[in-house]
Amino acid sequence: MKKSVEAYTLEDRKKHIVVKEKNKEQGIKCDQHSISGAVSQRACVYCGARVVLNPITDAVHIIHGPIGCSSYTWDIRGSLSSDSEMYRNSFSTDLQERDIIFGGEKKLAGAIDEIVESMSPQTIFVYSTCVVGVIGDDLDAVCKQAEKKYNIRVIPVKSSGFAGSKKDGYQAACNAIISLMDDKEYKIDIKDHRTLNYLGDFNLAGEVWILNNYFKEIGVNMITGVTGDSTIEKLKKAQNASFNIVQCAGSSIYLAKMMEERFKIPYEQVSFFGIQDTANSLLNVARLTGDKKIIRDTEVFIKQKKADIASILQKYKEKCAGKKVAIYVGGGFKAISLIKQFNELGMTTVMVGTQTGRQEEYDTIKELAEEGTVILDDTNPTELQKFIKEKGADLLVGGVKERPLAYKLGIAFIDHNHERKLPLLGFEGAVNFAKEVDLTVNSPVWNLVREG
Amino acid sequence: MNKNYVNLDVNPCKMCMPMGGSLAFKGIENSMILMHGSQGCSTYIRRHIATHYNEPIDIASTSLSENGTIYGGAKNLKHGIMNVMESYSPKVIGVLTTCLAETIGEDIRGIIEEFKQKKDISCLDIIPVSTPGYGASHFEGYYHTIRNIISFYNEKQAIPNEKINIIVSNITSADIREIKRIIELFQVEYVLIPDTSETLDAPYKENFTKIPDGGTSIEDIKQMSGAKATIELSVLIDDIYSPGKYLEDLHQVPLYQCPIPIGMKNVDSFIKALCTITGREIPVSLVEERGRMLDAIVDSHKYNGEGRAAIYGDPEIVYAVTTLCNENGIKPMIVASGSKSYKIRDLLKLNESVVIPDTDFETIHKYVKELKPNLLIGNSEGKFIKEKEGTDLVRIGFPIHDHIGAQRKLYVGYNGSLRFLDEITNTLLDIKHHGYRERLYNEFYVNKGGNKNAQL
Repeated sequence: MKKSVEAYTLEDRKKHIVVKEKNKEQGIKCDQHSISGAVSQRACVYCGARVVLNPITDAVHIIHGPIGCSSYTWDIRGSLSSDSEMYRNSFSTDLQERDIIFGGEKKLAGAIDEIVESMSPQTIFVYSTCVVGVIGDDLDAVCKQAEKKYNIRVIPVKSSGFAGSKKDGYQAACNAIISLMDDKEYKIDIKDHRTLNYLGDFNLAGEVWILNNYFKEIGVNMITGVTGDSTIEKLKKAQNASFNIVQCAGSSIYLAKMMEERFKIPYEQVSFFGIQDTANSLLNVARLTGDKKIIRDTEVFIKQKKADIASILQKYKEKCAGKKVAIYVGGGFKAISLIKQFNELGMTTVMVGTQTGRQEEYDTIKELAEEGTVILDDTNPTELQKFIKEKGADLLVGGVKERPLAYKLGIAFIDHNHERKLPLLGFEGAVNFAKEVDLTVNSPVWNLVREG
Repeated sequence: MNKNYVNLDVNPCKMCMPMGGSLAFKGIENSMILMHGSQGCSTYIRRHIATHYNEPIDIASTSLSENGTIYGGAKNLKHGIMNVMESYSPKVIGVLTTCLAETIGEDIRGIIEEFKQKKDISCLDIIPVSTPGYGASHFEGYYHTIRNIISFYNEKQAIPNEKINIIVSNITSADIREIKRIIELFQVEYVLIPDTSETLDAPYKENFTKIPDGGTSIEDIKQMSGAKATIELSVLIDDIYSPGKYLEDLHQVPLYQCPIPIGMKNVDSFIKALCTITGREIPVSLVEERGRMLDAIVDSHKYNGEGRAAIYGDPEIVYAVTTLCNENGIKPMIVASGSKSYKIRDLLKLNESVVIPDTDFETIHKYVKELKPNLLIGNSEGKFIKEKEGTDLVRIGFPIHDHIGAQRKLYVGYNGSLRFLDEITNTLLDIKHHGYRERLYNEFYVNKGGNKNAQL
């Protein structure tokens, strides 16, 4: 195994790969800038910011830059809305050569004027892209002036693509969100102990709604998902929660920390992927209310929900158990949940990697992983191909770019990305997940593929 | 007014120059792309192409960071080339610039020269192409890149040969296979560029290779300046981007510019060009195919006569589709493109249609609401209008993200045009058949003929 890491890997990449050995201290190099020419699967700062902010349904999202950044992100994600559809549009200042030479501030100011006149939005986010960071447009000044002129919020999001990684984009987005929350008008004096915000969920395929239904069942009030199916109004009220829970830590833990500091709202990390994690996290939410009745109701609710899906899950488990899985996802927390979730189905993870996992997340991954599991940080198609083949994986779970690779290698694939149209969260999601695994792993097409 | 807004593009009907450059390089044999810029450009472009073709799309990035942006990206670029060489061992690396590299003024040619002097890379060609995202759209980026690839290998004129150059637009892999078949009927040798017939529609193989088989070979490209003639399947691209124009101006290769051969007249002009260049008669099988198409369009002319289309996307495709619609009585109500190909207005001469180059989907949507076409013809980005207005969408062009099989759909030649026209006709028939009983019942039984606005 070690030999193969040597043979297939660029020199710069070697420390980003670990093959788990028990009782051995094994650090992995992570949280680094991607290596030139390595064909990283990562995106950029702008991508991070857009992922987090875009689900705010009634805001106008203006991308200040040339057209590409706007084209490739127009309505590509599965975030659903119960209200406005504004967020599904992609507004771009479509900077041209002359704007690069003479500056784009005037165009941006003009764009804001036009948008305000035609759509009268309450809030506009203005994302900076690579060139804007270089030509020196004063985004802050343009936005400030527009705020004054129209008495609305115009929030600059510092997301020049090169200025860090996707994570820095998450932070820029979190900064933009907290700047909304600091609205004194929305502050109430006495907080309800049963009230929470649900951070780091983007309501893909209605997942925030599924969770909110659970919360209602157990007697907890959600002010808003952050940012799934949120509105500006809801986000302004978020400061009144008694506690926050965080699903996608990579993108939203920073916001949770800021909210704790500024509004004294404690937070807890949760995960609603897989039955065990969902059950534990719901109990955690109940405990955070400190309300005995809620805790008791939650226990009953979990028991009921588990019973509802036990037989169907067992059926899928029988069909899928024993298969070997390769995981490559964005954040560490998702990878951890997936390992557990595959375990619930009797499946073993043989390769696991993330684009932007943190050291402590890799430690957990290593703890959960079986001996010999390949752990990868910021990997690429070359490494994915080699390790999938070498470890004999039957299934890859990953993003859109990885899907055709899995199929070319003749293995099954699970879409666990932001484009998904099937909820994978909570108890319903656990069933969907098992169904999805069965659908791909046990498809008859693999017989034809094997026969050649 | 081309757009609803002066300072904004709302829901883009175009992509950026490096996208066009990537699509062009994907048709070059044994090549890899290294995008000089921040990491996101390559990733977004990979996602956009991969979802359309369902093929792995590997594009490397020099992953410029703040350091590279301030102090220059030479180190990144050289390191990137080394890593791509090591991981992929390509014969060609296309280095495409991005907004960022261009804005900080990277001299990629100079950096590559410097690199070549220090490293022995005799079996590798590094082709630099300047594709700033703000320079033009993917449409121009595509031709500009092909032009650069050709000029890279044809500084000196090649020995005169009997081959014909075929420069194709961004059409499907199946279309390229069909164009090859047609040319082969003329029993003539040719160089087709960029050839994505295999690279972006690769067969399943037991041993997957990261760089797919196929693509235009370097040996072939080197002969282009000595070719007998060039057929460029483009009538809208500006001369400065045109690869055929380069070969004509510099190497006196006669240039025939034809529309994409979709629609009878457009296929005819492609076939006519082949006849003129080769001095041969039209092959019998093509005569039969043409006859079959003629027979079919007569069969379906009344159904098509009820078509009112909004056509949008890449200018060349929009032009060809509009011709097809016109000759079959499908009224082109809206003819739109995000690229600045204003020439389309002069070429189409449509007085009763809204012809809008340099526009966006927000504007197209506005006209759809106003003019109420019963068909959208274009890429899958029209899904938004389809969803809001309920107008049926017949898909052609790039990207198609909401259906599978875009790369193997045939649109060109008599066979392809007919298949595509049938798809349009059948969509119109479905509209007609769906609910006509209810419509007529309401109109004549319930309203007693009082509803004057009833139509298909």
